[in-house]
Formats: sequence, C-alpha cells, structure tokens
Amino acid sequence: MTDNELIWRIAGGSGDGIDSTSQNFAKALMRSGLHVFTHRHYPSRIRGGHTYVEIRAKPEEVTSRGDGYNFLLALGDSFARNPKEGAVYGNEEIKPLSENLDDLREGGIILYDSGLVDASEVPDFEERVEENDWHVFDIDLRSMAREHGREVMRNTAGVGVTAALIGMDTEPIEDLMEEAMGSREGILEPNLTILHEAYEMIEEEYDVDHDVKLPEGDHEETQVLISGSNGVAYGALDEGCRFIAGYPMTPWTDVFTIMSQHLPDVGGISEQVEDEIAAACLALGASHAGVKSMSGSSGGGFALMGEPLGLAEMSETPVVLIEAMRAGPSTGLPTKPEQADLESVLYSSQGDSCRVVFAPGTPAEAYDQTRRAFELAYDYHVPAIVIIDQKLSGENQNVPESFFDREPNADPGAVLTEEELAEMPHDEAGKFKRFQYDPENGVNPRSVPGQKGGRFLVTGNEHSPYGHIEEDPDNRVFQMDRRMRKIESIREELDSDPESSHQTYFGPDEAEYGIVTWGSSQGAVREATARLNDDGHSVRAICVSDLMPFPETELTEFLEGVDEALVVEMNASAQFRGLAQKELGRFGEKMNSLLKYDGNPFEPAEVVEGFELQIVEDGTETPAANTRLEPAAGD
Amino acid sequence: MSAFSAIGEEREIDREEFTPLQEPQPTWCPGCGDFGVLKALKQAMPEVGRTPDEVLLCTGIGCSGKLNSYFESYGFHTIHGRSLPIARAAKLANPGIEVIAAGGDGDGYGIGGNHFMHTARENHDMTYIVFNNEIFGLTKGQTSPTSPKGHKSKTQPSGSAKDPIRPLSLSLTSGASYIARTAAVNPNQAKEILVEAMEHDGFAHIDFLTQCPTWNKDAKQYVPYVDIQDSDDYDFDVHDRKEAADMMFETENALHEGTVLTGRYYVDEDRPSYGEEKRSIGEMPEEPLAERYYDEDYEWERSYDLLDRHK
Repeated sequence: MTDNELIWRIAGGSGDGIDSTSQNFAKALMRSGLHVFTHRHYPSRIRGGHTYVEIRAKPEEVTSRGDGYNFLLALGDSFARNPKEGAVYGNEEIKPLSENLDDLREGGIILYDSGLVDASEVPDFEERVEENDWHVFDIDLRSMAREHGREVMRNTAGVGVTAALIGMDTEPIEDLMEEAMGSREGILEPNLTILHEAYEMIEEEYDVDHDVKLPEGDHEETQVLISGSNGVAYGALDEGCRFIAGYPMTPWTDVFTIMSQHLPDVGGISEQVEDEIAAACLALGASHAGVKSMSGSSGGGFALMGEPLGLAEMSETPVVLIEAMRAGPSTGLPTKPEQADLESVLYSSQGDSCRVVFAPGTPAEAYDQTRRAFELAYDYHVPAIVIIDQKLSGENQNVPESFFDREPNADPGAVLTEEELAEMPHDEAGKFKRFQYDPENGVNPRSVPGQKGGRFLVTGNEHSPYGHIEEDPDNRVFQMDRRMRKIESIREELDSDPESSHQTYFGPDEAEYGIVTWGSSQGAVREATARLNDDGHSVRAICVSDLMPFPETELTEFLEGVDEALVVEMNASAQFRGLAQKELGRFGEKMNSLLKYDGNPFEPAEVVEGFELQIVEDGTETPAANTRLEPAAGD
Repeated sequence: MSAFSAIGEEREIDREEFTPLQEPQPTWCPGCGDFGVLKALKQAMPEVGRTPDEVLLCTGIGCSGKLNSYFESYGFHTIHGRSLPIARAAKLANPGIEVIAAGGDGDGYGIGGNHFMHTARENHDMTYIVFNNEIFGLTKGQTSPTSPKGHKSKTQPSGSAKDPIRPLSLSLTSGASYIARTAAVNPNQAKEILVEAMEHDGFAHIDFLTQCPTWNKDAKQYVPYVDIQDSDDYDFDVHDRKEAADMMFETENALHEGTVLTGRYYVDEDRPSYGEEKRSIGEMPEEPLAERYYDEDYEWERSYDLLDRHK
C-alpha cells in the first residue's frame, strides 16, 4: 500500500541526539517541498529511557502526528539494545525493540543498528515481520560511525540510509549539516563522509522493493518550521514584550528559554528567579513601571501564581502569563500532555475572575493569540493567560514565512502621556485620581512611576478612586462592576470583528453532527473531521480558543446547527464540556464527551473511532484505545 | 516633554510634599512605632533630593503595609511577603526611579523570606525597610519569626520553641551590600540611615525596630539604645565583612536582654548593583527600558528577523 506520506520515527534514549537529528531531518524534508509535522515523545529524565520523535511529511498540509508510522530508525543504547530479561533503567523496565513496532504500519520499514541489536533475540520478530510485510534493514551503523569518528555519528549514518531507502536527495540534508556543524572543526567532514557512505551502501548492496517513498511536494513560498513555544515567544516579541521572569518547569521552559535567548539582543530583560510567585510578581513590577512583560509556568508552578494573578486583577496591572499544561494532578506526568488545567487557569486565585484566557491550537495560532493577549491585557489592564501544553509547545509545524511579516506593536496600551496626565483631575497636592471614572469599557488609563503628576496608590485591597484602601459598600460595588465590565467589553471587541475570531472551523458550513474541541487537540480533530466526511458522515468541527471571555454567540450558533456534538479533550473530567454548559446554560443533551488522559495526545483515528462509537453507536460500545466516552467517575 | 520628566528634577524639596493631602486616618494604634518610620522617611526625602513623583514605595501586608497610604509618592501596596519581587522588577524596568520596599518582620522574614534572601543575593539597587516589632500586629498578636524563643501567643500557647530569625546576619550571608539597624524611637539616626540607604547603590536593608504597644508589651525591651558608631565600646570596620559578621553575632544574640545596638553594620560600596552587573554582561539596556515605549523614533525589532534559523 502506498501512503503518499512518510512518517519517520527515530527512536533511542534521551541524550542520543534524537532531538537535533530529527529537527534537521524535518527541515530537510520541508526544504524538499513537503509539509511537515513533528511529534516528540520523551520521558522525564536526562539520559536513557524511551524517546522518539516522529516526523510526518506530506505534499498537503499536515496538522497532526497521524496514526502510526511507516519508517522506524531504531538507535540508542537503552532503547534499541535487547535487554536482559527484567532489565530496568531507573525504575522502568527496559523495553525491547518489539514494543516500538506496535504502531508500525503494514509494509513499513525497520532500520535498526545491528551493532546494538540482535533481532533474533526479539520475541516473535520474524513472524511479525512476515505477517505485516515489513522490510527489515539490519545495518551496523555503530561500526560505521566508529570507523569515521565518534559513535554518536551513527545518527548521521541512519539518516543517510533513510535517504537512500526513500529515494531522497541528500542535498538538503548536507546543507543543514553544514549550517549546524560548519563552525565546529572536525565534525562536519566525518559526518558528510558517513552520510555518503551509508547512502551509497544501500544503493550498491541492497535491493529496495518497498513502497515507502518520499512523496513529491512543492512549496510556493519559503516555509519555516516552528513550535507552539516559538509561536508564543515570537508573538510576545512582536507585541513589544521586553521583560520576562520565570522559573524552569517542563514544558514552560521552552518559551522561557527562547525568550531569554533573544531578549538581550533586542534590549530586553530576562530574569530567572527564586520561584513562580516571584516570577509573576516581577512581571507585575515591570509592567507597573511601564514595560510590557510576561511570565508563565506549567501546572504546579502556575498554581503558585494564583496570588499575584489576583493582585493583577485587583490592581489592574496588565500582564501576560503562559500556562504550558502537562498531565496532573501535582507533578503528574512531567513530560506528557494533558488539557486538564483549564479550570485552574480560569478560576485560580481568590475572588471573581477578571482575566482573559486564550488557548491556541497551532503554532501559528500561538503567535496570533499571544499578540492579542498582550494587546487586550495592556488596553484593558487585565491579566491575559495563554494556555498551551506539552504537545503544542514541543511539536513543530511548517508555516509560510510570510505569515510573520507583520508590523510590531509597541503600543503600551491605556497609558497616559504627561501632557494627557496634566489634563486629568488631581487633588490639590497633585495626586492623580487613577480610578475615578466610570468609563463605558471599564478602563481608566494609568500613569507610570516617574511621570510628573501621575502618582497614585494601587493596592490588592478594594480601593477608592485615589487607590486608597476603602471598604465602603457603595464604592465596592462600583469598583467591582467597573472591573467586571472590562471582560464584557473585551467580548464585545472580539465579537465585533468576526474576521479576527479565534475559533477555527473545519468541515462543511452545515452538517448533521458537530465536533467541539479546544487548544492543541485541534490538529487531530481537523484530520478526523476530513476523514469522517470522506467516509460519508456529515460533520463540522469548531476548535475553541477563547475560554474567557467565552465565545457564547459563536458556540451557540454552532451547537444550534447540529443534532449532536462530540466534545474532544485531553482530560478525565470533561472540563471544557462543563465550561460550555455553564456558559451557555443549555445544550447538555447535545454534548457528548471523548476523553483521553493517558499521557499521549489524540491520534486522528481515535477521534474517528470515538465519533463512531459515541455519536453513531450512541455510546453503547466502549472504545478500544486509551480513550473514554464519559468522565472518569460519574458526572 | 520627556516621558518621565519627574526623574532627575532638581529643586528644593519640602518634606511636607510627602504628606498626602487627603491623608486617610492612620489605622496604626496610638504609640505605634510605625509612626516613627513614616516620620523619618519623610524627613529623609529632602536630603535624598527625590520628588514624590519619582519615588515608588512598594509595601507588603500588615500594619507596615499601610505605610504608602500615608506617604505621598507612587505606591504599590502588594500582597503578603511579595513587595520585593515587585519592587526589584520595577527598578530594572526603570532604573531612574527611586524604589523603596517596606514590610513587617512577618512579611519580610517569614512569608517573604525567600524573596529577601534572593533580592539581597542579587544586590538590587533599592532600599528595604523591615518594620521589626517581633509580632504579627494586624492579625492580632501571633508569634512572628523574630519573636524571642519562649514567646507565648494564642498560636503558640506553650511558648515558641523556635530560635528567632537573625535578620542582620541573614542579610549579610545573603549578600546585602548595606545593612543597618535603627529604631523608631531614635528618629535622628533613623533619618540618617534612610538617607544613606537610598543613596547607596545596591541593596540596602534596614532592620527598623518598631514598638507594638498593643500586642507586644515587651516593646520596652528596646531601651536603652546605643549607637554603635557613636560608642567607643564598639570599634569595628563597617566595610569588613568578617568584623561586621562578628558584631551582628554579638548583637543579635543579646537583642532581647540589656542594651540594644543600632547603627550601620555593613557597608560595601565596591560591589556593583545587580542592574550594573546585568548591563555589563549585555543583559540589560543602557537606557531605561520603560522609556522605549514613549520614544517614537525607536525601531522595534521584529521576530521576522529571527526566522532564518527555522528555515
């Protein structure tokens, strides 16, 4: 069978160079004219364990990892080498090659390093190969690498063999190797030698009769390969963010690292601080002093930020926080994705929530929505939170370079100049009445320390128009109403321009059934929707990114238009479905859940299966994969 | 007109400018040491030469947190223990402003202890005033991190089994470059020390002894005070870390009995502030970052320029 797509899995132990090798190979595929999507799977440790990266390459746009894969390059010590029975690495049983083969498609290729693995020791290997019509290449990549340099260069040998086996021109690979290694003496040359030797060896010594070939594709314009974390960071930079404070935590560290590496070059400041409470407070301090700033964390670290988050709401200090979710509760699965922090992001901190929350679904959306988050935060003096997750932060997708060709926006938002300040009401001593107005959109423009005539007091306590602590009931209601009105105003602003809607739709404009999802599950839902429609179903999907303020009108229209809808999300308690029911106050009967919380993101086939079981079969059957049709415990 | 024309304005400054016109009724009890801090701070400002518009006073939670309600300047009344991370970022964002943080002993040495340690370590250019009355006042008299061992309160009815925090030693160990102790009942010295602290280029920590007549009747313990710089009995080099450490050791062990020593304990004028360190390694711009948003000629870089590495 010809798939007309390559899904290449490189597997090994953490520390084997899997990441860098796959990153370069993905770029080479992209430069060959293909659309690419990378999926990274890794354990929570520095070395060893089972790691793999999958690169999916097609002539058409790719938005998910796909189902299974068709080319395995098995490298690496703890992973590929056949372990002794019951061997453990840390506290995890070392898994042999065979486990990795479960998702290999029929007719696929296995390329393993015979310097490390003896396939005859892999249980049922021959039988499985025959049964699935797999094509096996046992090549001593290790010896090849040792002969010309160092053992780690077996990755290059593996890439060379791959290129030969799929009929790929090595030129883009060579170019990338030169860009990556050119400056390091004695590295590039042996790598190029190994690449060529591996390539030629296949051409000369092997008969190639499989169908896994590099598809042909052509881009009309230059593409860039970026992750969701890149999208967030570049969106922030283009929006004039020049201050970041953080504490490392997976997967938030990606955004933090990218920002820290670029900010000094553009005159910005990055601070790694003692904890997440401090990190969010620093972002508030810098913002109070007039700089556009951000912070962020993942689950547990974000929990610590609840306190400064509430302070940002009460003191009306703009700030953008990034929540890069991983599986919880507590430290959970540190390197695995989940969409289970939704409720904590919406409601953490005491009091009524007055914040903006967006959950982009792709790297390009991450860029857009981070920019929008900054804009709204600084225009409305509210905290804005962008939720991504381990999946979106680590996976890469190609985006046309021209997508980023936009003007930066350094507008500090609702801030007064000294000339404007002079016109504002002051007391006789010159104190600015910061919170005195009752503006329609709820926003009182602020001043910044150091501005003449702008001084005011701001506090986390309820306060008077001057910012002094004030417990008068009438003032309390007045201030509370004004702050809450900002969120309504933001919803109106978002609704007023349908072109800039953050919700993404797939499938026909009108359909019998709906799929609703949010955040990073978008890619799998997009592909599943296309397949379901190809299979004769009538399905339309909405991928919601606005979580607060909630896109009530858009989702209502969507749900009114379908008979039934499947709500797809990566958590055990159907958090988004619950939010939708709370916000819309109806549609409880129309919404059914498809949930996954095993640490792996949805594959399109799982969404297709979930739809068949839950919508077509009415939920009478249980799904075979690690998915659930209803929340874990009752509901 | 510059975006921040209050910064660097040179004129005669009257301490009364720092009294809010619509001063809220202080919630401090009669006889509270906090009045002494406020008074000393107002007296210090004309000497420092800063106008109310160029000062940012960040406070925490507690009686001390109300300080900026009664002091006319930019103010950020933050949350319990968090005045330091907010204040230090404000200073990094706009080094032109005078940044002062203030909090109580519970706020600063308890819940904010971690921030205290790290702000001192990094030597941020700011002044930190800790109102030390050895008690939680606003929550009605619980044992605080500086309460002496054996201190009885409703939350520690058998008497605290903990040794108190030693603020000066902790500050020195953490890396503060200006450390002093003064007292609300000693306004002249307090004012002098506040002036020095604000003029000091680095993290200046003042352990400010305040009496709590309502919840800590032992406040009398602070009498008599002896100024270590004025007394011939205490001769040590304030610039010598080890000698300062020895003096602190002696003082802090004897704080709750007999004489209380106040004055400067450690001054390091050579250590660059954190902002300077960051600038020297290219991690902070020469010009105040906050000004950039008001500079119409400034060219903002685009992420587009970073995309080459992703092609």
